[in-house]
This record gives sequence, C-alpha cells and structure tokens, in this order.
Amino acid sequence: MNNSQTKKGFFSSKSPMIMLIYIIFLMLPVYWLLNMSLKTNEEILGTFSLFPNNLTFDNYIVIFTDPDWYWGYINSMTYVVMNTVISLLVALPAAYAFSRYTFLGDKHLFFWLLTNRMAPPAVFALPFFQLYSSVGLFDTHIAVALAHTLFNVPLTVWILEGFMRGVPKEIDETAYVDGFSFFKFFTKIFTPLISSGIGVAAFFCFMFSWVELLLSRTLTSVDAKSIAATMTKTVSASGVDWGVLAAAGILTLVPGAIVIYFVRNHIAKGLSLGRV
Amino acid sequence: MRKTVNQKAWFLVLPVLLLVAFSAVIPLMTVVNYSVQDTFGNNVFFEVGLEWFEEILHSERIHDALGRQLLFTGIIMAIEIPLGIYIALHMPKGGFWASVCLVLVALPLLVPWNVVGTIWQIFARTDIGLLGHTLAAMGIEYNYTQDILSAWVTIIVMDVWHWTSLVVLLCYAGLQSIPGAYYQAAKIDQASKWSVFRYIQLPKMMGVLLIASLLRFMDSFMIYTEPMVVTGGGPGNATTFLSIDLVKMAIGQFDLGPAAAFSLIYFLVILLMSWAFFTIMTNIDKQEA
Repeated sequence: MNNSQTKKGFFSSKSPMIMLIYIIFLMLPVYWLLNMSLKTNEEILGTFSLFPNNLTFDNYIVIFTDPDWYWGYINSMTYVVMNTVISLLVALPAAYAFSRYTFLGDKHLFFWLLTNRMAPPAVFALPFFQLYSSVGLFDTHIAVALAHTLFNVPLTVWILEGFMRGVPKEIDETAYVDGFSFFKFFTKIFTPLISSGIGVAAFFCFMFSWVELLLSRTLTSVDAKSIAATMTKTVSASGVDWGVLAAAGILTLVPGAIVIYFVRNHIAKGLSLGRV
Repeated sequence: MRKTVNQKAWFLVLPVLLLVAFSAVIPLMTVVNYSVQDTFGNNVFFEVGLEWFEEILHSERIHDALGRQLLFTGIIMAIEIPLGIYIALHMPKGGFWASVCLVLVALPLLVPWNVVGTIWQIFARTDIGLLGHTLAAMGIEYNYTQDILSAWVTIIVMDVWHWTSLVVLLCYAGLQSIPGAYYQAAKIDQASKWSVFRYIQLPKMMGVLLIASLLRFMDSFMIYTEPMVVTGGGPGNATTFLSIDLVKMAIGQFDLGPAAAFSLIYFLVILLMSWAFFTIMTNIDKQEA
C-alpha cells in the first residue's frame, strides 16, 4: 500500500525541493562566514571568491592563543552553566507546585512569572547595572548568571510545568503510600520521570543565556567579559579585522550545534512549553 | 488534571519568588523611582510627578519609534508565521533525514544575537558580502548603510532567517501529534489536500501557533542586538526600534527620568498584549481538557 503513505495531504513530503531551498537559505550566510574565516584579510578585501584561495587557519590561531579571546569563551560558558544550574534548581520545586496543587494566587503568580519573560532587557540594563554595582557583584560571572535568571527562570518553570503535567498523579500518591518522603520521592522517582523535560529546559536556559548580549555586556567589563562583548573589539583604528571576527563567529556556533544534536528529538516539544 | 488545594505549595514556589523578586522587582522599583524624579546631578533628586510620562506620551521621537516597531513586528509576523507553517508541512516525517533537517533548521536559533548581526553585516556588504556583491553585480542598487529601503529589507530578511525556524519547529511538533487515523478518515472521505489542511492540520496546530505568535511578538518587540550590529539604528533613525531608542536614551544620553517613564510604558504595552495571548491560551487549554 504505497499509496496510503504518500497521500497524507499537505503534510506529505512529496517535494523535498522546498525543504532543500529553505536549508540552503539558512546555510548560505553561515557558509559565507566560514569562508571568510579561512581567508586572510587581504584576500577578503582584495578579491571576491566563493572559496578561500589560500586556505589559512591564522584567524583561528589568533583566537586560541590570545587570552583576551579565549577567556571570552570561558567567561561566557561559566555564566551560562551557572545560570542553567540556578534556574533548574529553583524552577523544579516551583513547577511541581504549579502542576500539582492549587493555592492562593497561583494563577496570578504564574502570569507574573511569565511577564518577566516578556520584560525587554533594555528596560533592565541600567537598573541591573546599579543594583549589581551597589552589592559589589559588578563584573562577576554570578551577576550575569543572576541577571539572566530574569527570563530563564520563568521559561524553565513553564517548560517543566508542561512536562510534569504529563506525569499521572497516581505515581505521587503511590509513592507517598509506600512511605517515601517528599524529598526522596522527588529526587529518586519524579526527577528521572521528567528527565527529558529537564534536558529540554536546560537546553533553553543554555540557549537564551548564550545568545544574550545586552545584559552580559552591561554587567561586565574585564574579568567576566563575555565573548559577545569581546567580538566588538575587532573594530579598531585600522578598520575591522574581518577574518578574526568571522572565525570568532564560527566558534560561537559550536556549543550550540553540539547541544542541539543531543536534544534534537525534544526541541519541538520544549519550544511549545510541553503543551503539544 | 485535577489538582488538590494545598496552601503549603507556596513553600515550593518560594525560591523562585525570592530570586525573581531580587532580579526583577528591585530593578523595576528603581525604574519607577526614576520615572517620577529629576536631578541636577550629584545624586540630588526631586519629585516631578507624572511630567516624564506626559513628555514621553507626547514625544514625536517615541511615536516614530513605536510606529517603526509596529511595522517591523507586523511585517515579520506576516512572513514568518505562514512561511513556518508551509515549511513544517514539508519537513520529512521521520528517520535520518528528519534528524538532519531538525538540527540544520534549529541552528540559527542558537547563534548569539550579535553574531547574527555580524553574519548578515558581512553577508550583505557590497564589497565583501555574497548577497551584496551579487545584487550589485545584477545592477540592483543596494546599500544597507545608506539606503532606507535596503536597510529595512536586510533587517527583515535577517529576522526571517533567524526566527522562522522557531515557527517551523513548533508547527512540526503540532503536526506530529496528529494520529494517523485522522488522515485515514480523510482519505476515505476523499478529502482534498486543502480540506485536510484546513480541517485537520490547522485546528491541531492552533495551540502551538498561538505560542509561536506569542513568542515572536514578544521577542520582535524587544529586538535590540541584531539591528544594532547591522545598521546601528540607521540610516538616520530609519531602523531605530523601541529598545534601541531606549538604550540610546538611558545609557547614551543618561536621561534617566524620561528613559524610566519610557521603560514603564514600553513594558505595559507588552504586558497588555501578552495578557491577551495568555488568556486565549488558557482558554484553549481548558477546551482541550
């Protein structure tokens, strides 16, 4: 019955061409960046070619040998990981409460959390700067990690709540009858059940913290400078160092590509906040 | 799911509450404080009441920025939502190629926003960029740093490149949740492709489409980094959206009072829209349950 498989309405992929065209559209600018990162500045500015004529890895060597550059990556990774851990730790119990219980003001609280996801970072840039300066946290990793919880915690609560709703309540009740304490039940039984949800939530924390520039740039100057802020320094008096800029850009794609691979089958569910 | 009433659940929510209070409420209070005060410097402040709010509400500059913002959000949503649905309908359904497509499609979402700007800045330059160079070779007048139309087209194409994938992934997830029996029933009724789409696929996608629209609305309304890197808000003020204008005002000119009033109004507008989305969404959830 070959026919029954091909005739599934619009959803059937009879023309892979459309997908191909879309992916080419997505990849072309990335290819161009890669192409430039493998050229010297003279070649970039002097000739126009689709492939690097003199393949060079000098731009990458600059990044891996200059502490200013590679510390940018280390700093970014540090606050991203901190942010992910903090967000998950506080969001897990809260998401459980929202998915299992009704309590005074729960709906309002949930919406209020959501509003923080909607707050434009530009609104918070200056107050954050003043707040973290006054408590002596300016230019530390933890400051950026805490600032990013502003939009990551609400999102994490949202995603986890969606996944937790899918776990039948009978499991909780059975565990309590069997004499599990809340803490033991939560860590030993419940957490493994929603492990894919936790993975997806971690992915989103990683993603939104990794891609954010405005707050991380405002809250750091030297010691905790993020890679995004470091990249702005390629613009110097002698013009833009296009080759190094392109190489730095390509390297920022690597962590993202790695994490996507691990959660590829769950991204879509996570994006819809577990509500598909 | 039925839920039990349990006031002690507040204790579970407490950590989130404290953290968000620290990172949201305290800074927001600072903003509110600034919005009703003025200063002659030296940290001496005095109350000015609602003067800043009146100034912002009547400011031509803000009206223009809001107009540009609405136009931008309108255009990108009108392109990204239908395009996202269309692409999702053509995604492979399973197996190796589905994984490859998912990873490639999701890649733009993981690019740091300033790098998105850098990528397009390079890609669209007429001297060294593939797009700019090709257009110039074809004899099309294109220069995103000088020409307003070019700048707008660049920013919109960039946003489509960056965010259509989000809509694609969401719709794809929605489509995958449709049981095969629906399609078989449609086949027995000899339903046309269009009616399969209209009466089976679209209704099943409504939930995720709403989330996609909500996320796209919110994020495009807050867009800052990408246009900042590519055009810096120019040429002139042609691509100065709300966030860019706000940062210019608050950090560039240090006009704290008006900037704070601006922030609050800005936030309220987003809040209002999101509240509407949220209400519709919870109603859909209820209908499904």
